[in-house]
Amino acid sequence: MKKNNGELGFFKRNSEKIMTITIILILILITLPIIIGYFWLIIRSFSEDMVRGFVPTKLTLKNWRFLWSEMKGYPNIWVTTFNTSIVALGVMAIEVLITSLGGYALSRYDFPGRSSIMKLILALHAFPAISLMVAVFYLLKVLNLLDSLFGIILLKASLEIPWGTWIMKGFYDGVPWELEMAGLIDGYSRFETWIKIVLPLVKPGIAVTAVFAFLSGWSEFVFINTFIFSQKFWTLSKYVKGIIGDFRFADYGLVTAVGLFYMLPTIIFFFFVSKHMIKLTIGGVKG
Amino acid sequence: MIIVVFLFFIIPVVLTIVLAFTNMDYSFKWNFVGLQNFKDIPSDFIIPRVVSNTFIYTFLTLGFFNVGMALVISLLTTSLSDKIGSFFRTLWMLPRLTPSVVYGLLWLWIFDPTEYGLMNYLRSLVSLQPQDWLYSSPMLIIILANGFIGASMGMLVFTAAIKAIPEDYFRAAKIDGASWFMIVRKITLPLIKWHILFVTAYQTLSLLASFEYILIITDGGPVYRTEVWALYTYHNAFANFRFGYGAALSVILVVIGVVAALVYMKFFGFETLMAKPRIEVD
Repeated sequence: MKKNNGELGFFKRNSEKIMTITIILILILITLPIIIGYFWLIIRSFSEDMVRGFVPTKLTLKNWRFLWSEMKGYPNIWVTTFNTSIVALGVMAIEVLITSLGGYALSRYDFPGRSSIMKLILALHAFPAISLMVAVFYLLKVLNLLDSLFGIILLKASLEIPWGTWIMKGFYDGVPWELEMAGLIDGYSRFETWIKIVLPLVKPGIAVTAVFAFLSGWSEFVFINTFIFSQKFWTLSKYVKGIIGDFRFADYGLVTAVGLFYMLPTIIFFFFVSKHMIKLTIGGVKG
Repeated sequence: MIIVVFLFFIIPVVLTIVLAFTNMDYSFKWNFVGLQNFKDIPSDFIIPRVVSNTFIYTFLTLGFFNVGMALVISLLTTSLSDKIGSFFRTLWMLPRLTPSVVYGLLWLWIFDPTEYGLMNYLRSLVSLQPQDWLYSSPMLIIILANGFIGASMGMLVFTAAIKAIPEDYFRAAKIDGASWFMIVRKITLPLIKWHILFVTAYQTLSLLASFEYILIITDGGPVYRTEVWALYTYHNAFANFRFGYGAALSVILVVIGVVAALVYMKFFGFETLMAKPRIEVD
């Protein structure tokens, strides 16, 4: 009885701390699949073999051989990487250019149809664009853009422009209009004001849009898988998918190394992006 | 901007509807067959399977992860210091940013049929034989795989909503002796119920149309056990080259999408977001 009381006292005194520790333990538990998965991906790609789930036996670089020797039946890794960069940079360039203009217009001009365009953007974002793939296939064929990276870039960018414009509008909204007014009063034209005063202030917005566009172009799989036929236009998603299919049971080392190689830009930008992600997602849901 | 939107949204919507009335295949001939495709849908013997898969997949993923897990994470992380909380939230962002094929690989490994996979390693600890998970419980795998990505959107929305609640409410409740569960139930949840509704509505639509991770992990198999509506559309069009029938199937998704988008706009009062610009000189 006495002991029981003592324990109760202990829990009561430290209830705040115990609560915190319990919460952290629960969080670790539910996040475990993510932690273990990525941990395995990294360790496995540098090890000869693994025992007991994820204990490496011997470290090796052999798994990374696809970087310096050709894989039979696969295109050259560097050509494929180059293609992937072209798609990623292409999507990025188009998206940044159009959204930084479009976002400014939506934020600052009161033109007829403005609110319908904004409604349309939100509706398009909610709309499952993926259900249009059959029609897009026909459209790309008519435009002679099947089996072409340019087609993929155009398609990917246009699907993302509505939302990107919305995000950029959010950043422009945050620029105090007094600054712009000052510029206009000092004799700048509207365009000069935009270039010299407003644009530098929304640099973070542009950077975030750019990184997001780059990563989404870099990661694209379904369109590449469906609209690209020649190996010389493969991007890494198709390459990695192929390697996983062919070597999953034979050589996890190779599979993880290829996967990790493909993920490098994601890892590089991850911390930058995840910090800004909150701002981006919240933009549309204030209502 | 109008042009690209027109090119890749408006035209495809119209084209999808028109294509649905043809039996176009890889020869790309326009052969109008009237309502034949739509008549074929109810008699397609795979459709009942696909419909039930779609419902199971959408609502379990939504309930357990996109809303459920998202709520749990945001409630737990906001009870911690900002530093630790955002550390966990950042981890949950990782799957969303990972290329889909690489992310799929992680789940293929976790449920690998040999003893090299994580789950089968855990089974071997209690001396059980390895199990072919992709055959025994494929639906579970795709729900988990999609759920661990889907949870992050709700998580961000809920976290921001919780952080926007004035600190005084919580302090007052604590002084009155309310427990953590009491605070969550009586203060936090009622105050973010609109956000919960929003995420539910929004994610239902995106889950209904999603198929990328299923395509990568199970490809609808084994024997249609994870074939959902969007994936069935895709397979009809791009594996069997029945473009007409595929289009007819997607028209149904398109209709759901358009109706839902319109309803959301009415319902969630987006008008407040449409405030007129404050500077106007031209």
